[in-house]
Amino acid sequence: MLREQGPLLVLALFFALAAGMVGCIALMKRMLLAGDVISHLALPGLGLAFLFTVNPVMGGGATLFLGTFLVWQLQKKTGLATEAAIGVIFAAALAIGAAVTPREDLVESLFGELPKISPVGFLLGMVAVLFVIFSVFLLKDQLSLTIFSPDLAAATGVNVSRLDLDFLLLFSLTVLVGMRFMGALLASALIIVPAATARQLTNKLSHFVLLAEATSLLSVTAGFLLSVFVFKFSTAGPTIAILSSMLFGLSLLRKTR
Amino acid sequence: MTNPVLSVKDLSVTFGRRAIIRNLSFEVYEGDCVAIIGPNGAGKTVLLRALLHLIPYTGEILWSRNARLGYVPQKIAADRQLPFSARDLLAAKAGHLKLPSAELEQVSTELGLTNELLSASIGTLSGGQFQKLLIAFALLGQPNVLLFDEPTASLDELTEERIYEQLHSLQKDKSMTILLVSHDLSVVYRYANMVLCLSKGKPCMGPPKEILTPAMLQDLYAAPSQYYQHIHEHERLNHDSQDRRKC
Repeated sequence: MLREQGPLLVLALFFALAAGMVGCIALMKRMLLAGDVISHLALPGLGLAFLFTVNPVMGGGATLFLGTFLVWQLQKKTGLATEAAIGVIFAAALAIGAAVTPREDLVESLFGELPKISPVGFLLGMVAVLFVIFSVFLLKDQLSLTIFSPDLAAATGVNVSRLDLDFLLLFSLTVLVGMRFMGALLASALIIVPAATARQLTNKLSHFVLLAEATSLLSVTAGFLLSVFVFKFSTAGPTIAILSSMLFGLSLLRKTR
Repeated sequence: MTNPVLSVKDLSVTFGRRAIIRNLSFEVYEGDCVAIIGPNGAGKTVLLRALLHLIPYTGEILWSRNARLGYVPQKIAADRQLPFSARDLLAAKAGHLKLPSAELEQVSTELGLTNELLSASIGTLSGGQFQKLLIAFALLGQPNVLLFDEPTASLDELTEERIYEQLHSLQKDKSMTILLVSHDLSVVYRYANMVLCLSKGKPCMGPPKEILTPAMLQDLYAAPSQYYQHIHEHERLNHDSQDRRKC
């Protein structure tokens, strides 16, 4: 069993690392809601892919990146209208996704499954997560400046709008990798929850990122192994998300902020 | 006269249909300390933001090729709950500009930012310490032009005095050019050698003694203004013969 699911577990662990990093930045940028919406934008694409028997990653990816661009455009504006628009996109994407997805594939697209991953799928997934990790590392200074103050970042020579788009695309790429085994509904959970947990425990930036990574890795490892060997589930997403949320609950007991 | 560090021609900024700045032209020369004054809503902050290309505008803003800008904003919408220490913030700018770490230490020492303060979370810094951090942030990268938007707003008098003295000595030692937005006319009189006044009417620019007259202030603020004309004795002696390099 482990030999069959081994490559997927390795990919999941690297996804956990990327998700931890991306989540920390998303939390500090206060864009977790927009990020959550982005992950749901994959649903219509997944549904259409199942309907026309196309590779679901391609279908989900297409609407995911289209939606990312839409959210980026909306983020340039501020105020209630933007929040309302993002809320509407969220509801519409979920509704369209549910309507077009064949009933037998609906649960899989929402909550993921534990597929046997092809060597090409594994390789592409690894390239994607390593690209995310490397890019976030390269952009860390610009991202920190923008998180602190977009004005000061711009005055320092950072192209803030371009950086916002770059980050949203990295967020979407992370969601896309996680979508196969976490599902469209839960992919963003591993981005959001470990970062929120780590934030409860520390006020130091370096500790924050390390704790988010550790929480993310722990949730994925434990959730994956429990799903495969103990519960014999066909998906690991819900177990990972539940464990991750339990760790968040525990973090409230040791809140340092 | 040397080439200007900054040349602004026919600058206009509009928000929606409302014109905030209309056809503004002026020049700033190396070593100038230009105070930008005007009533609330006159467009002082908007002008600084336009000069930094942070907002759309029409007209021409031309910085000299060797101008390196540092900016201290009036208010910063930074989330004080961020898990950033003062050092994280300065290191991010140093990293982005690829500055040697020695420069970070040097700027921190100049501004009296101790290791303890640098390690402190930004959320725990007092108003004065936070303002010092912003000034240190602006000074990283060895700027030769500093843009200050009411750098001491919401600070107590003593801290304000210290910060202005610090700016004054920095400007004197490094012959920096400064553009300073301030509501405090005594500060303007004390530190600026040129005053740019923005108002609904025609903007004007000139030395403080020409601009800060009761009649001009009445016209500018549409109300009688009182200010403390603070001139040190040694400055008083030289006041009449001041050139552009007063501050």
